[in-house]
Amino acid sequence: MSVLPGAAAIAGIGATEFSKESGRSELQLACEAVLAAVTDAGLEPSDVDGMVTFTADTSSEIHIARNLGIGELTFFSRIGHGGGAACGTVQQAAMAVATGVADVVVCYRAFNERSGERYGLGQANRPMDVSADRAAYSWMTPFGLSTPAQWVAMFARRYMHEYGATSEDFGRVAVVDRAHAATNPKAWFHGRPITLEEHQASRWIAEPLHLLDCCQESDGGQALVIVSAQRARDLPHRPALIWGAAQGSGNDQHMMTSYYRSEISGIPEMGLVGRQLYAQSSLTPADIQAAILYDHFTPLVLPQLEELGFCAKGEAKDFIADGNLALDGRLPFNTHGGQLGEAYIHGMNGIAEAVRLLRGTSANQPGDVHNVLVTAGTGVPTSGLILGADQ
Amino acid sequence: MSDDYEARLQAWVGRELVARRPGQDPVNVPMIRHWVEAMEDANPVYLDEDAAKATGRDGVVAPASMIQAWTMRGYAATVRPSTEPSGFDELVALLGEGGYTSVVATDSELEFERELVPGDHVSVEEHVESISPEKKTGLGAGRFVSTVKTYRDASGEVVATQRWRTLRFRPADKPAPEKPKALRPRPAVNPDNAFWFEAAREHRLVIQRCADCKSLRHPPGPCCPQCGSFAWDTVESSGEGHVYTFTVNHHPRHPAFDYPLVVAVVELAEGTRLIANMTGVEPADVEVGMPVVLDWIDPDPDLSLPVFRPAAHKER
Repeated sequence: MSVLPGAAAIAGIGATEFSKESGRSELQLACEAVLAAVTDAGLEPSDVDGMVTFTADTSSEIHIARNLGIGELTFFSRIGHGGGAACGTVQQAAMAVATGVADVVVCYRAFNERSGERYGLGQANRPMDVSADRAAYSWMTPFGLSTPAQWVAMFARRYMHEYGATSEDFGRVAVVDRAHAATNPKAWFHGRPITLEEHQASRWIAEPLHLLDCCQESDGGQALVIVSAQRARDLPHRPALIWGAAQGSGNDQHMMTSYYRSEISGIPEMGLVGRQLYAQSSLTPADIQAAILYDHFTPLVLPQLEELGFCAKGEAKDFIADGNLALDGRLPFNTHGGQLGEAYIHGMNGIAEAVRLLRGTSANQPGDVHNVLVTAGTGVPTSGLILGADQ
Repeated sequence: MSDDYEARLQAWVGRELVARRPGQDPVNVPMIRHWVEAMEDANPVYLDEDAAKATGRDGVVAPASMIQAWTMRGYAATVRPSTEPSGFDELVALLGEGGYTSVVATDSELEFERELVPGDHVSVEEHVESISPEKKTGLGAGRFVSTVKTYRDASGEVVATQRWRTLRFRPADKPAPEKPKALRPRPAVNPDNAFWFEAAREHRLVIQRCADCKSLRHPPGPCCPQCGSFAWDTVESSGEGHVYTFTVNHHPRHPAFDYPLVVAVVELAEGTRLIANMTGVEPADVEVGMPVVLDWIDPDPDLSLPVFRPAAHKER
């Protein structure tokens, strides 16, 4: 058996406020989030010896280490593919701790994604080079297919065609997210739930996606502190043990546009992540009491539920319509409000919510939660976690 | 245009625009020399006393076309014009009131009474001769303003007159120049995909084919995922296929495109898929599975792209 399951735990979480205009540098947001997470873990910056972030982050670990007085680092790593990196950073940290190359690893992501560079505006006018990554856009942007919403719309349309799902089925995901955000004081959309009718009436962004199918653009930072399970038990909070931590890149994988596979109504890279998570943790979907599923756009929540074994292929629309994602449902979902409702921090805020669920401190605590499944970005090479309470 | 305005304008006819003003210097040989050298006028009567006398003159004469030059204000007055309002300024203001804010000189007729010789001291005065009714011209509606400049010598004798006509006009509202449409986002062309965009320039839709196992692949790449071969060639697509999935884009808008914009993933008869726009169909009528055929668009001189239109009914 792998050394990974249960070897490490998330012992601290910390974030800035989530806003539309932070008024501060991305580096400052990162420093604030990291310091908050380290403090939450009952540690000092000088205890940190490892750091992991996204390749997309603009603040290298050396800047944060220097600014916070972290000092020497023995482990630093970055994960690519945008929001797909989120849980992968925790996997890196857990592996570093499990192998002893670092003792206290901080994972972080901080940006001014609303007041600064907005991902929602797409790739059309990005500077061009002739790298393989850039050339991949040659098959999209000259045709006006340039934004994440547009890329996801292709999958959504095909999914609707194959399984008879409707825009309302996507809308129910948004309604749950916003209901949970409405009662989370940290959420941008605190106090602002939506109805399915409002979802249906919201303007088109890229058919079949309405505005309310799309996550926010946010400013903010989130950090997580990973230490060994043993050390975590001596720290102030109930540890969130990392029972599963996996990455996945599927066959014929593209960045948000894997349209060339024999089928595109599933998310095979998420299936790959899920299989690893269950194998590592020796858990099954029945053992999971809550899920934090990446929701940059509602349609891809449905195939995630299917790939992760919470329902059969094509049945997610019924699973959702039956109320299973509500706080009193079978699988309370995105209890923080998700990225549609709380903030879009590239999935890192969802990991923090999973930790709160295990601590019993979520703003929308659905009762006892022993195991939470968390996913990272969909449509991209991705990652996932199963976090659990101490056993 | 009000009658009152017309009357105020016509009241200028006959009025003095510029009072008699002597030239800064008398007619002189050095200035004549500058002129004929600049004009490359080799006529000897301007500088050669003997040659001038040989033509029956008393001596050298000034070129007739220099008449205006003798009364010019000079450089200093040009860069620092007098702040005292002149009749000319008043007339320009009145024309401006009528919207005739632009000016173009149309013609100048000169009549010469006698040749000027060194020592003559020329003056000029200017009167308004006529102001035409409003005329439509290619430049815009305007009025032809004719003035007469009278050039006199020191004794007051007229040496030349100049009828000077300008068109004072309201600039026509030109249609805003058609703003060229923004270019579509450029493809990043590199050694792995250049062949496809080059074929597209020739309106050929090609599909990369492994030279060894013959499997087709798109988007293209340097190596065959089926057999690992780096050898490849291409086949030309039949251009027939169907819509595998599509999106109708509304927001954000890129200036190169018209919205709502349909973008489809088309599955070709050959089995590969590609992203392309749709034409000849309303966004609301596009369907998954719809049979389509290839067409081409040339959005700009450097870019040709495949586009698909619904296949004719009989082909369904």
